[in-house]
Amino acid sequence: MKLSTQTKVIALLFSAGLFAGCSSTGEQPEEGGYGSDVAPIDQEGGSTVYGADDDGGISSSSMTEDERMEAQQQAEQDALREVTTFYFDFDTSEIKAEARDVLVAHARYLSDNPRQNVRLEGHGDERGSKEYNLALGERRAKAIERFLVVNGASRGQMETISYGEEKPAVMGSSESAWAQNRRVELVFE
Amino acid sequence: MKQKRSFSPLKTMLAAVALVFMVVTSARAELLIRITEGADSAIPVAVVPFAENGNMPAGDKLSSIVQSDLTMSGEFRPLPPEKMLSLPSQRSDVHFRDWKMLGQRYVLVGQLTRKGDRVQARYELFDVNREQRILGQTATAPASNLRSLAHHVSDKVYEAITGVQGVFSTKLAYVTLDRVNGKARYRLQVSDIDGKRAGIRLESQEPIMSPAWSPDGKKLAYVSFETGKPIIYVHELRTGERTEVADFPGLNSAPSWSADGQSLLMTLSKDRNAEVYQMDLGSRKTTRLTNHWAIDTEATWDSSGDGVFFTSDRSGGPQVYYMNRPGAEPRRVTFGSRYNARPRPDNQGKYVYYVHQRDRAFHIARTNLETEEETVLTRTESDESPSVSPNGRMLIYATKRDGDSVLTVVAADGGAAYSLPAAEGDVRDPAWGPVAR
Repeated sequence: MKLSTQTKVIALLFSAGLFAGCSSTGEQPEEGGYGSDVAPIDQEGGSTVYGADDDGGISSSSMTEDERMEAQQQAEQDALREVTTFYFDFDTSEIKAEARDVLVAHARYLSDNPRQNVRLEGHGDERGSKEYNLALGERRAKAIERFLVVNGASRGQMETISYGEEKPAVMGSSESAWAQNRRVELVFE
Repeated sequence: MKQKRSFSPLKTMLAAVALVFMVVTSARAELLIRITEGADSAIPVAVVPFAENGNMPAGDKLSSIVQSDLTMSGEFRPLPPEKMLSLPSQRSDVHFRDWKMLGQRYVLVGQLTRKGDRVQARYELFDVNREQRILGQTATAPASNLRSLAHHVSDKVYEAITGVQGVFSTKLAYVTLDRVNGKARYRLQVSDIDGKRAGIRLESQEPIMSPAWSPDGKKLAYVSFETGKPIIYVHELRTGERTEVADFPGLNSAPSWSADGQSLLMTLSKDRNAEVYQMDLGSRKTTRLTNHWAIDTEATWDSSGDGVFFTSDRSGGPQVYYMNRPGAEPRRVTFGSRYNARPRPDNQGKYVYYVHQRDRAFHIARTNLETEEETVLTRTESDESPSVSPNGRMLIYATKRDGDSVLTVVAADGGAAYSLPAAEGDVRDPAWGPVAR
């Protein structure tokens, strides 16, 4: 409803001849059809108003298109970066394929924000030997660190620490608990 | 975040003073003892309640402590006192025929005498079949220290019968973990080997790991995360004085003493990945002993003090390796499964004990270093941190029971066992102390 109120205002501006070539698509959710700059922007008020029928309108519209794409990408990157925990198979420090896009997003963010620091905390499950697991947790954290550096982050932004099996994310001795405990957590500071 | 600290004596003193969370003792912290099984081959022995002359301190009787010590070893099956036909306290009252009838191989009798603030024990051990006295001794201790006197008697009895030094007077170090108001509470503790007389040496909200006894039993080295990262400390038990010995970037872990107490083996990752180093404690100079892209850790000297066992995953998974001198080309020791880690040799140079994966379970196993034969010793399934008693006859390790971590002791050839659960929470990382000198 907010949207239609806004479009009514815009329609009003158009009809008053004060404003031209703008659309409200920046506010619209990404449905189909926003490639068209001659889409009806108000069909409620009895009159149908078409905007953007001159050059200025077109260029303005295509800029918002770029912005929208960028915003969309940004939103996607932000959404990716909400994932900050990466899981590993038993006794390995191999980064899983599904973690790569997320890690690339983190690497870009770190590259864009050189003053942002991050702690990479490596963990293992409770099985096997404690001190070996401590070293394995470190190797996992360093694997993530290397991946982030290769993708643009700076080594100076990162600090690795291993807790081995000392700080499980999930209590219990099930396959599921173990899988959730073999991890590296990114902690932004 | 990263704190650089020097090793100056002043800093050491400050560290010792500033640690307000260091406490000395708490009875509540004691472990419980549960004897879970006895070996069929256990030797029947009668520990007759000692006669008492004068006031004795309250608490457990000396003879009942000796009984439980002998039971714990897994090698003896003490006769319950209510089944005894008589309660002799000296040789003239011992009727061998009665003890034979009860199926006993040995009989221990004795008397306790109060002498001021001390208690004297006079005791005699008899071989029932040969009708001979095989031990006759006196020993005294402060009345407040009856437990030490009892463990001493147990050691003498054990040695007289088996020919092997007893270890009932030795200590355990371990780490307990419980939660207070949702916060983790790690406590480094030292107790008798039956879990009694536990004392808290360090308390922290961050992990404490890998306690290791100095050969004289006066110090512990361990890893503490109290500053936010793993640092190796050496802790003087009598004074509580602590010294940071390793605070390098990355891992500082798995400390293990040399036989002369002058150096520590440890795992550091300051040169990019986990490698084994030897640190001279006087100069703090480190010498690198391994050099491989794989994880190298959990190093320990062999019984001769010449060679070093350690864990490495250079073959793809963790396995036990051995260098016959520091820095020599390592030789792989374990082949029985894809996961063998954390080697601990016995004092004879005969066996090495380690964490061993079989199917989906983790047990403690040992390999005979002469025959290379491997034996799985435990039936529990989440076993780690093996530590061998100084006489090589018993083994303590951490395992899971009902979701909690507990310590379990087994005879080193398998067989009998007892467990030491914490009153609440977890107990792990056991380290069996040396025989006091």
